[in-house]
Amino acid sequence: MNFYGHVMAHLRKDLRLEWRSRDSITGMLFFSLLVVVVFSFAFDPTAAVSRQIAGGILWMVLLFASTQTLNQAWNREQRNNVLDAQRMAPSSAAALFLGKSLANMIFVTAVELVLAPLFTVFYNLHALGQGWLLLVVMPLGTWALVANGTFFAALGLRTRNRELMLPLVLFPISIPALLAMMQATTGILTGESEPDLWIRVLVVYDVVFTTACLLLFETLLNAE
Amino acid sequence: MQSAVQSKRSGLILGAVWLALTLVVLVIGFREAIFISPTDAQQGDVGRIFYWHVPSAMLGLVFPYVNFIASIAFLYYSRRDPIAALKADAWAISAAEVSVVFATICLATGMLWGKAVWGIWWTWDWRLTSELLLWLLYVAYLMTRRLSTTGQTSTVGAIISVFAALDVPLVYFSIRWFRTQHPSPVFGGDADSGLDASMYPAFLWNVLAWLMWGVFILAFRIALEQRRQRQEQLEGLRSLEGDMPNFNLGGEPERGNAF
Repeated sequence: MNFYGHVMAHLRKDLRLEWRSRDSITGMLFFSLLVVVVFSFAFDPTAAVSRQIAGGILWMVLLFASTQTLNQAWNREQRNNVLDAQRMAPSSAAALFLGKSLANMIFVTAVELVLAPLFTVFYNLHALGQGWLLLVVMPLGTWALVANGTFFAALGLRTRNRELMLPLVLFPISIPALLAMMQATTGILTGESEPDLWIRVLVVYDVVFTTACLLLFETLLNAE
Repeated sequence: MQSAVQSKRSGLILGAVWLALTLVVLVIGFREAIFISPTDAQQGDVGRIFYWHVPSAMLGLVFPYVNFIASIAFLYYSRRDPIAALKADAWAISAAEVSVVFATICLATGMLWGKAVWGIWWTWDWRLTSELLLWLLYVAYLMTRRLSTTGQTSTVGAIISVFAALDVPLVYFSIRWFRTQHPSPVFGGDADSGLDASMYPAFLWNVLAWLMWGVFILAFRIALEQRRQRQEQLEGLRSLEGDMPNFNLGGEPERGNAF
């Protein structure tokens, strides 16, 4: 089996696990819905104001929701010492990382697909800029969160306080990506500024950090 | 054994001389900045905080590089040469702590100056924001190392350091673009625009003084960390010997020869 085959095997396994338990997606969905409601108390969700801040809130919701799920992402591998088996397997560690990240990407995207109409309804939104650009910004931003999040969640395997550990490292590292996705989304929703620059920042961020994650995952997995 | 004692003693002497020199230069820098350098025409005496603020800002950007290089060295040596890896790790954690110290001084003096000159403690200007993020990244690094279970913290720390190093330029540019698109009205005169020639001696003496001080605490912290590592290994060895009661039945315990 080649690298692609290994990635697909890992991806299939994670999707099957999720399909049978449906832990991550249901948990994330309900959590996001709650945060959307809670945020509506923090400010008046009328159209004029909400357009300015909805982009930021959308990404905050997704950030919190995906952090919750990513914390659990490696738990499945720890049961019955599966992770030790993964370490000994002849397949590359990068394939394991990529498979897991793609699976998480699919979960978070599923949540986004449900969340987008809810956002539109609750915050009375419609994009004043080029709405189709959201189809570019959303996957790029989600990948930035999910790739780094999957990586740092694995880093948390070796720490005492894993639930605290992930946001502690993930948030500061993700700041450029968060800034870019929030600015791009706000630009598209308000139509006041061009999102091009921020989309480019996101692309650079994704390329740089995905490469770093792929190169360093072997070291992280075998760290003793 | 003889040479180890000698090198330890010469290290102590070098450290003491370095510390004495550092104190002398710190005093010169203080005298230059407070008594000799002319008062700033626009800001008054408050402007003198510049002589501590800018050197700390500069050094707060230098020591993260030491941390980054040491982390790369650790990752390189971790499978090849355990002794060199331990040394690199001691450098990495010490440099991270010194970075946090300088970044903290930079932020604190900057806020004091900002309150006096701008009338506010803080503004989300790109320079302030990037410095704060640098501080956050290295505090996150130190906290991760604190939260990790013993023995595995070095690799995790080194990996975070590499990520932080990749992150800093991106943070710097993205926040700069962000804030130049929305210029903050509070940001009026630049502190370092038009530094008069008469102010240079005070500035340069302080840069030198704080650099020497930074190098001193870095070396001190590295020595401390290496002592801690030796202690930890010795304890590991002892507990290993304790687990095997029959191991040393034949003769003297071999603890002393571990290093």
